[in-house]
Amino acid sequence: MKIMVAVKRVVDYAVKIRVKPDKTGVETQNVKMSMNPFCEIALEEALRIKEAGLAKEVVAVSMGPANCVDTLRTGLAMGADRGIHVEAARELVPLTVAKVLKRLVEVENPGLLILGKQAIDDDCNQTGQMIAGLLGWPQGTFASKVVLDKEKQVATVDREVDGGLETLCLDLPAVITTDLRLNQPRYATLPNIMKAKSKPIKKYTPEELNVEIKSDLEVVQVTEPPKRKAGVILSSVDELIDKLKTEACVI
Amino acid sequence: MEKWRAASNLRRSLKSIINRRFSPVSDFTYFNEKSSFQTSFSPVGGYKSIGEMNAIQYRYFSSVSTLVQRNPSFSTLNSDDISYFKRILGEKNVIQDEDRLEAVNTDWMLKYKGSSKLLLQPRSTEEVSQILKYCNSRCLAVVPQGGNTGLVGGSVPVFDEVIVNVGSMNNIISFDKVGGILVCEAGCILENLISFLDNQGFIMPLDLGAKGSCQIGGNVSTNAGGLRLIRYGSLHGNVLGLEAVLANGDVLDMLGTLRKDNTGYDLKHLFLGSEGSLGIVTKVSLLTPPKLSSVNIAFLACKDYSSCQKLLMEAKRKLGEILSAFEFLDNQAVDLVLHHLDGVRNPLPASMHNFYVLIETTGSDESYDREKLEAFLLSSMDGGLISDGVIAQDINQASSFWRIREGVPEALQKAGAVYKYDLSLPVEKMYNLVDDMRVRLGNLAKVVGYGHLGDGNLHLNISAPQYDDAILERIEPYVYEWTSKHRGSISAEHGLGLMKANKIYYSKSPETVKIMASIKRLLDPKGILNPYKVLPHSLNS
Repeated sequence: MKIMVAVKRVVDYAVKIRVKPDKTGVETQNVKMSMNPFCEIALEEALRIKEAGLAKEVVAVSMGPANCVDTLRTGLAMGADRGIHVEAARELVPLTVAKVLKRLVEVENPGLLILGKQAIDDDCNQTGQMIAGLLGWPQGTFASKVVLDKEKQVATVDREVDGGLETLCLDLPAVITTDLRLNQPRYATLPNIMKAKSKPIKKYTPEELNVEIKSDLEVVQVTEPPKRKAGVILSSVDELIDKLKTEACVI
Repeated sequence: MEKWRAASNLRRSLKSIINRRFSPVSDFTYFNEKSSFQTSFSPVGGYKSIGEMNAIQYRYFSSVSTLVQRNPSFSTLNSDDISYFKRILGEKNVIQDEDRLEAVNTDWMLKYKGSSKLLLQPRSTEEVSQILKYCNSRCLAVVPQGGNTGLVGGSVPVFDEVIVNVGSMNNIISFDKVGGILVCEAGCILENLISFLDNQGFIMPLDLGAKGSCQIGGNVSTNAGGLRLIRYGSLHGNVLGLEAVLANGDVLDMLGTLRKDNTGYDLKHLFLGSEGSLGIVTKVSLLTPPKLSSVNIAFLACKDYSSCQKLLMEAKRKLGEILSAFEFLDNQAVDLVLHHLDGVRNPLPASMHNFYVLIETTGSDESYDREKLEAFLLSSMDGGLISDGVIAQDINQASSFWRIREGVPEALQKAGAVYKYDLSLPVEKMYNLVDDMRVRLGNLAKVVGYGHLGDGNLHLNISAPQYDDAILERIEPYVYEWTSKHRGSISAEHGLGLMKANKIYYSKSPETVKIMASIKRLLDPKGILNPYKVLPHSLNS
């Protein structure tokens, strides 16, 4: 069985982000970029499944400008066998990503598609669900545990939901999106980094895949959240009541 | 040989002054109870009044050897003093509360404890000046204190010295974005300065594990080294100016912000590393390097020490200008960290290697630096210098590598008693000392070696379940003699403090030490600033 993992290049999780002065987005020049943490977890899970003997190959996919290849190289250094880079000049919205993935799935025929639950730059949490809908595949999102059964061709997924944990049994092929507690991703060791240099990365363009890059969404403005106002120390209960009435308007 | 003889002469002269039993291990002890010792020694220069004053003190956990005696020329606090301080500082900043005093009287390692009855928290240079002027006139001994993270007992009182803590003076005065020149007060915590500079696109030229608590005044007074010395150099190069208050209250304004100023003798260098014994640093002006965007870090395993050395030589040549840190740890150090600290995982779990090296590069072009680092590491691996390694893929992984290296002191604290030695040695010989100590101590204690290999600085730590004289005897003075024999430094970056006050002759000639004593007498004639520390006691009149 082949596993396909989608990975995204985002601003590093530990960087203090700044909004661009023209308010069109977040400052990304000269800022450290890395693989989305949830995508790392997804890739780690795929690698563990392969190491358990339940899959033959792990393919990493990334979409965007030329520097996405760096992220793919990281994925290959972690242990993925092949990489696919879909070249696109602009930021892609989840629906477009899902459509591209659908076409790639038709080409590659994986038995399992694993993605991170959301990207830390847009926090959309939509791609996994959309691709499952487009393919008509079952989906196990927010996975905190995945167990595969090869003979029965099912995946048992524990999902983290608001009320606790929900366990689903999905027929393969299926889509799984990973949550934080699923696993701890491995480091990229030097021997693997060396091997990664010779692993193939295939390039596609959206035209080749017959997908139109269009977005139904337009970013109007990006602003920082309002700064927290300092607390005020009051001198008496009367003043408190007065403030609750006039300023907070709660009584 | 010369130094060894000088050290024996020193001990003999100490003996005649103090007139008590002498033990071959030179160390300090003080105890808190009055005892028959008071009747047996002959006072030097007469006492004012003993009262409940403690004449001699024993150290907390360790043994009796040479005893430090409270200098009888220092006065004791009285209520007039307290009222005066309250008048100039305000009630809130004059602390006599026992609980708070407990904390400031004890050092970070819980090895040294004083019995000061008064903590003062000035908020401005003017207040520091008034405090010192008064203390000088009353002959009250003073201990300057910052973050209290020192490792040689230099930041806490020995007896009842007044503690002057500059922690409230924590303003950033100015920052010149073009030159990267930061002017701030001495009480600024290093980590806060790092965050401030981060927003401006700059970094501090020094970085240490204690950054969350240590203050820049203390860093400057100790001439702290840290993890980035190999790239940015020592504080002697990065401190452009400072403001210090002398023992008599005079404020010495040397707070220049110029890169070049060859007008007269450059006095600020005297204060750098003087550990508060020549003056209290109140403001610092620092040159800060710009923050470069591409930081890469690798955690590597080597099979033996000579590979580590060769790796260092190769790194300096192949990585050149982008190398920003080169640290090493031995097997035992990493083992301790993994054992005692939470949330730390071994980047190379496959097997426990003998030595680990941490290499960091900082540059302005991500892909170029990455390629350079990878090429260097792969060729080193092919050459057999490295047996395994990982490169951090994002900032979180990078922090986790640093956590392992920076967490060693903390892990040692948790493991029990620790004897700490901070030595500068020729790189080829450095690890021989660790091996020697392992042979000497056998099963008595665990010997751990780690440190700034790039600067030739070994942190030798000996961990035992508890402090024990048998262990101390096997360590000292062997370690100092070994270091002295190789013309190394018995204190590479930690300073002398109280712990090594009488050991200076292992690394400095008697003539140089005599001049140091003259300078001390010139700037602090009554010797009230941080007494009993840094210079040998026999030199104090």
